[in-house]
Amino acid sequence: MAPAGARQGKVMKKFEILNTDLWYNDFKALHSVSMDIEANQITAFIGPSGCGKSTLIKTLNRMNDLIEGCKVKGSILLDGEDIYGNIDVNLLRKRVGMVFQKPNPFPMSIYDNIAFGPRTHGVKSRYRLDEIVEKSLRDAAIWEETKDRLKKSALSLSGGQQQRLCIARALSVEPEVLLMDEPTSALDPISTAKIEDLVTELKEQYTVVIVTHNMQQATRISDKTAFFLLGEMVEYGDTQQVFSNPREKRCEDYITGRFG
Amino acid sequence: MIQNAMILLRRKKPMDWVRFLLMWGCGLATGAVLLYLVGFIVVKGVPHLTPSLFAVEYTTENQSLFPALVTTLLMVVLTLLIAVPFGVFTAIYLVEYAPRGSRLVRVIRMTTETLAGIPSIVFGLFGYIFFASWLGWGKSILTGCCTLAIMILPLIMRTTEESLKSIPDTYREGAFGLGAGRLRTVGRVILPSAMPGIFAGIILAVGRIVGETAALIFTIGSVIKIPENLFSQGRTLALHVLQLSSQGHNRNEAYATAVVLLIVVIGINMLSETIERRFANKLK
Repeated sequence: MAPAGARQGKVMKKFEILNTDLWYNDFKALHSVSMDIEANQITAFIGPSGCGKSTLIKTLNRMNDLIEGCKVKGSILLDGEDIYGNIDVNLLRKRVGMVFQKPNPFPMSIYDNIAFGPRTHGVKSRYRLDEIVEKSLRDAAIWEETKDRLKKSALSLSGGQQQRLCIARALSVEPEVLLMDEPTSALDPISTAKIEDLVTELKEQYTVVIVTHNMQQATRISDKTAFFLLGEMVEYGDTQQVFSNPREKRCEDYITGRFG
Repeated sequence: MIQNAMILLRRKKPMDWVRFLLMWGCGLATGAVLLYLVGFIVVKGVPHLTPSLFAVEYTTENQSLFPALVTTLLMVVLTLLIAVPFGVFTAIYLVEYAPRGSRLVRVIRMTTETLAGIPSIVFGLFGYIFFASWLGWGKSILTGCCTLAIMILPLIMRTTEESLKSIPDTYREGAFGLGAGRLRTVGRVILPSAMPGIFAGIILAVGRIVGETAALIFTIGSVIKIPENLFSQGRTLALHVLQLSSQGHNRNEAYATAVVLLIVVIGINMLSETIERRFANKLK
């Protein structure tokens, strides 16, 4: 359904963010952000630290709910349905998976890490779980490295492997969207390259939103780029256009390294 | 430049020696006190450790410690059965469920801190008045257990809380991010990781139960028999040592009983270490 639409060149909106404001207690972190995020595309959020890009990505699966004093106004539609309306948050987070800045595998075996999600959502059959674990690890390009040590602790993996494991874990519940909050900032260049390749492949099946501090990374992998500054979305467009011919002066200054 | 450095080094060296000696001396003193204590009890007690001390019944002729040993173990199990669920669940509530920094949390925390600072004899008096008199349970195993449970509750709560707090938030984010609810996150991810810390707290609590006398004097009674039910009176090893030594003419038996008490404590510590290591290995 969605991939076909994308291939025909039709724009399929996955997320519609409408006039969204966000406060942490008295501090206003997002100023009426409005944007559409397209299905089966990689959308990159860039901008200097504290500009609100991580905050925005966390509103997309309501991880901000966990932060005390965080208040969201406006509406964010996922396939037309307001995720801040009357919905099951756990189900939302199953549909919109997340990979975090630092690899955070659970202190359990590689197998159990991947099986945690499906088990949470009611998969019990051993056979089915085996299948999911293998498929997720394959999709995250880490099956070959882990297939002989599935019972070993996930903490014994290297940082880059742990991050791919976390991607596999996010994929295990068959999400529609994958949110990645600076997924390579704690990794070495080789692991980073592997994850970038992986992300590019993932967009066939998933909608990917990625926060990155690395401008080259944004140009390498993303289709769309949004530039944020002080809680405002300054510019949003095709990655090529944003980087080669930015409309906004502030965006140009940041991209060319004049500040930030 | 170099000269300055040399002067500094030379000036620093004697101070380093003083510091080294000080630390070394403190370490030695601590070890020596412990060794002297254990050695003293062992030397005084072991010669009197006769098989008759382990007879099933206590008589005036034979001050058997066996009933006290059984009572002690029973007290440990029963007290933990009461205190651990309360302590652990309260801590889980405070760390995982209650809004951080809320007033209720502050009140509960202040209460437990106060509880932790109360001398155990006061717990004993409270137990006597509340459980023994007011609830009419009399001096009994049950009264003793409840009193001890209140006494160790703060300890278990604090250690569990600390151990839960030390679990990085990234685990919680990871689980919530997969659509796991709070119960599943806590039950499957947080608690297993916090287990070694919680366990360490429970072991400390066991140590206090085994060694406690003041809180039990008024609450558990002094009958030296293997308890038949929850309302029987009893006497733990520590109480037994106290009574024997205060009676005056059973000093030798008191030392022998102290040796057994020591062995019980060391045994519990060793057991807990193995279990803790197994937990830790599982997580690695």
